[in-house]
Amino acid sequence: MDLKDKLVSSFMAFENFVDVDAAIHDVRSEAIKTFEIQGFPTKKDEAWKYTSLNSILRHDYSVFPKEENALEYHDVKKYFIHDIDTYKIVFIDGKYSSHLSQTTHDGIDVCLMSAALSKPKYRLIIENYFNKAAAKDSLTSLNTAFSQEGAYIHIPKNKVVEKPIQVLHFSTGNESALMLQPRNLIVVDENSHVQIIERHQSLTDNPILTNSVTEVFANKRAIIDYYKIQNDKDSASLIDNTFVKQKRESHASVHTFSFGGQLTRNNLNFYQQGERVDSTLKGVTIIGDKQHVDHNTLVHHIEPNCESHQDYKGIFGDRSTGVFNGKVMVNKEAQKTNAFQANNNILLSDKASINTKPQLEIFADDVKCSHGCTIGQLDESAMFYMKSRGIPEKEAKALLMFAFSNNVLDSVKIPEIKQRITKLIAKKLGVNLGFDL
Amino acid sequence: MSKYTEDDLREELKTKEYEYGFYTDIESETFPNGLNEEIVIAISKKKEEPEWMTAWRLESFKVWKEMTEPEWANVHYKKPDFQAISYYSAPNSKPKYDSLDEVDPELLATFDKLGISLDEQKKLAGVAMDVVVDSVSVATTFKKTLAEKGIIFCSISEAIKEHPELVKKYIGTVVPQKDNFYAALNSAVFSDGSFCYIPKGVRCPMELSTYFRINQAGTGQFERTLVIADEGSYVSYLEGCTAPSRDENQLHAAVVELIALDDAEIKYSTVQNWYPGNAEGKGGVYNFVTKRGLCENNAKISWTQVETGSAVTWKYPSCILKGDYSVGEFYSIAVTNNFQQADTGTKMIHLGKNTRSTIISKGISAGKSQNSYRGLVQISSRADNARNFSQCDSLLMGNECGAHTFPYIEAKNKSAQIEHEATTSKIGEDQIFYCNQRGIDTEKAIALIVNGFSKEVLNKLPMEFAVEAQKLLEISLEGSVG
Repeated sequence: MDLKDKLVSSFMAFENFVDVDAAIHDVRSEAIKTFEIQGFPTKKDEAWKYTSLNSILRHDYSVFPKEENALEYHDVKKYFIHDIDTYKIVFIDGKYSSHLSQTTHDGIDVCLMSAALSKPKYRLIIENYFNKAAAKDSLTSLNTAFSQEGAYIHIPKNKVVEKPIQVLHFSTGNESALMLQPRNLIVVDENSHVQIIERHQSLTDNPILTNSVTEVFANKRAIIDYYKIQNDKDSASLIDNTFVKQKRESHASVHTFSFGGQLTRNNLNFYQQGERVDSTLKGVTIIGDKQHVDHNTLVHHIEPNCESHQDYKGIFGDRSTGVFNGKVMVNKEAQKTNAFQANNNILLSDKASINTKPQLEIFADDVKCSHGCTIGQLDESAMFYMKSRGIPEKEAKALLMFAFSNNVLDSVKIPEIKQRITKLIAKKLGVNLGFDL
Repeated sequence: MSKYTEDDLREELKTKEYEYGFYTDIESETFPNGLNEEIVIAISKKKEEPEWMTAWRLESFKVWKEMTEPEWANVHYKKPDFQAISYYSAPNSKPKYDSLDEVDPELLATFDKLGISLDEQKKLAGVAMDVVVDSVSVATTFKKTLAEKGIIFCSISEAIKEHPELVKKYIGTVVPQKDNFYAALNSAVFSDGSFCYIPKGVRCPMELSTYFRINQAGTGQFERTLVIADEGSYVSYLEGCTAPSRDENQLHAAVVELIALDDAEIKYSTVQNWYPGNAEGKGGVYNFVTKRGLCENNAKISWTQVETGSAVTWKYPSCILKGDYSVGEFYSIAVTNNFQQADTGTKMIHLGKNTRSTIISKGISAGKSQNSYRGLVQISSRADNARNFSQCDSLLMGNECGAHTFPYIEAKNKSAQIEHEATTSKIGEDQIFYCNQRGIDTEKAIALIVNGFSKEVLNKLPMEFAVEAQKLLEISLEGSVG
């Protein structure tokens, strides 16, 4: 039985332990139908031209992990941003782990999707926001059908959340192969400000497939900073679908740091639904081995006077492959749009490859849209300069690569994350640099 | 004079009729509508082709029957009914003439209207012309001068008869029969086209030129062009088209193959002005063209195109940079107005070492038109030190048109250097203000700006052609180009 059939039949089992009378369940039934019709995307789909899921779909994933698993904090401490105080929502094999987490209902809601879906006090928010930003493509629908657990974050009006929120997903490998489908909802009301860090981490060599969907709503003048750290084991794959809807004068930024995993696909979609909105999409990808990272972004400019900035840097070694597919759409009404998109790549090996497709679709005349994309090598004269001053080749290379990705790190607003990323990059490049960025 | 604004320009663009819309009544011999094996054989017979050619056509037809029309392009149109088209039509006054005086006077009048007075151009422009009216070459000039140098420049049907070894060796090598739906169709039913062979080390002394013209109602035109530049030779080839005003959609599916052997250079320039349909988007030519060139070691192929016509354009002149140190270039201006749709661009396939390619594409959209750039730059793993530079700029006039960019970049070699940049803008009010301030009226200012915008490409056209290109830009964007 292939994975698609398995998932479709698992849906019936799933219906046994969720409330099928809830309004939300209609959304689920609808979604499983969509998935059943569309199936998993193949290379024939334009959006998946360069990424094949075949290699990860052949495993026999279990969809419902059987037992509860516990982890000790000191075993997994290194995966947290632990040097600052944060709220934490931690999941182990898809199940909420209360003793690792630190949630709150004090003025803001930082809690669980399962609670939000079942308790009446959240009904209004769920009705207004749940599945309202997510696309109806097959993988998102698959997640919607099984949506049950994940992070639920609601920040009411005029609140600046004083510490960042960490969302962590661990998988322990108690199952021979596991598929996880976390579903997150983040609603930030007027004038509020929040910072979120998301990480998926496998603790096992068993194959893990995560198909995550996150919906983010930035209301008037809200500010959201979202950081995704992807440094998973080579046995784990991640399909991340993030949808951000922005109302007027809101600022939202998503930084994606992809250093690991067998296959990582980031579907990042921004919809600008008000005037003077600002969207930032940035990413650094440094991979080797046979890893594959695919960034698929969409910025849809719907209203006038908005801005978007995209900046993706990639360094590809060994037999790794990188994909960047960035799309900027400017509606007829969205005059005075200012959209910028850049994608710069370095290939370190002849076996590595990069496919990039920066795409513009513009229907308004008074706009400034530009995109640039380069593929190149490290500057030989710069290398020579450093080597002639006694810096070994490896360090010199690393320095240049740091400089290359610095644009993206510059806009990271939490210093601890910047440090962490710097360390990760240094580790990835196999050097020990005696400075903190 | 009252102030001329962009709105006025737009108004003018809307009402501007196709100036070259006329129809010459020449008695034509036309095949019945529809396509089947018998028609393919009949076309082949009509052209008195050898057996291998008939077999080649039939093979193509077989492939075509299995294929479906491509739908990935960013264009929307009513699909042509391939069984409602007549696949062959030829002017009747045969056999060929010894001098121009014998040519049907009406035909000559057609050329006059187009501004290609043959006899005048012979002397003034130094352009040898292989004029194609409805698929059959009726006049070839300057053949003698060319023959002295050993250059073969004739219609493809003549080449099939007289130089079968060359045709057999090269036809279908760059654009295989099963390459795509329209290439397969063309391979099966192509009626005529041009053939050009430049021998080793010869520099072609003049610009070779072909004028195409769709003339008979309801006939699709399937041109086949084959240009071979032998080692160390050089040729500049011009292709230009105008078509009369018609109501039903006409199909044009041409195939152009260029082969540049070691150290050779081919420069291929096109001005395309098929009938774009009227202001309501009715009628107009469907232009589905496959153009591709193959570069051997140290060879160079340069495509330059000015696309102003056609209701739907689907065209990607490409270069396969097979040899080491080969160079591919693509310079394009695509202008769309009213309901025109263009999906055009190029493919640069880097296979050899130290290959270079340049892409400059300028899109201008006005009215309710859609203009797309679609390009592919591919660096294979063996193509060390490949270099590419691409630039795609779009200019939007009015808020009902669209500009789209779909660049595909695939690199498999670490020494590749690729740069791509694209911008979209409109004519800035500050730019117009600057001109106005210096006593240049708005009409002139827009002309200056559009001219400046497309200058990089216009500069690449041969002198004789640049004039015509300017003329066509003028018709497409009347009032904006001075």
